[in-house]
Amino acid sequence: MDRLFQALADATRRDIVARVLVAEYSVSGLAEQYDMSFAAVQKHVAVLERASLVTKEKRGREQIVRGEVEGVQRARRLLDDYERIWRQRVARIEDILAEDEDRN
Amino acid sequence: MAVISAQKDTQELNFRLVAEFDADVKRVWRIWEDPRQLERWWGPPTWPATFDTYDFVPGGRAEYYMTGPDGEKAHGWWRITAIDAPTRLTFDDGFANEDREPMDELGETHAVVTLEDLGGRTRMTLVTGFESLEQLNQMVEMGMEEGLKGALGQVDAILAEQDAAV
Repeated sequence: MDRLFQALADATRRDIVARVLVAEYSVSGLAEQYDMSFAAVQKHVAVLERASLVTKEKRGREQIVRGEVEGVQRARRLLDDYERIWRQRVARIEDILAEDEDRN
Repeated sequence: MAVISAQKDTQELNFRLVAEFDADVKRVWRIWEDPRQLERWWGPPTWPATFDTYDFVPGGRAEYYMTGPDGEKAHGWWRITAIDAPTRLTFDDGFANEDREPMDELGETHAVVTLEDLGGRTRMTLVTGFESLEQLNQMVEMGMEEGLKGALGQVDAILAEQDAAV
């Protein structure tokens, strides 16, 4: 159940990012798109905001959400770098494990 | 090929790596359990890591630093959150200042390592979750030779800001 919820949450956030990269939405406008409460959608938006993937701006009574293209690109670039770090670590682990075989 | 796959989620800010090694699970566990082995692979060759505190029990802490070519040091810490030897380790990982005090404003990452027996070989899966882009940026700089100098400069800048604020 927990996993299902996580997956759903994940899919919703993905969908929100995909939508707001194309056009701006109000939080209530987004809430209409999903079968969940305004508060739940607001929480997803807050998570995305913290990750610099969307920005939120007050306009009158509405809160307007926009996609942050640079944030998405930057996240991708940094995760690529992080992958490189781990590939190098894995190579060093292999070297250490190979020493055992040499010794045997 | 030791690395089987790497998945990156820009929305959730997490990273998942699967690697396979020609060694059994108990042997691969030791590269995490034994700090002398861990410090041989955690940092890049030009910035080797030294783990001088390593309390490898649930709730235990580790303190480490990475030493650069000019003797400069970058400090970090781990908080071990769960251990199920020899197949599962979870820990939080963050930065520390030169007095080894955790720098909470930089956040922490949450890592889950699982080891799985493949008939004598081992599959290692690592999942790391980041709290923010800034923190991912800092982690990347801390892990890369080119980035470490810059990361230290930023730490200095943050410390200077704190001093100025006092």
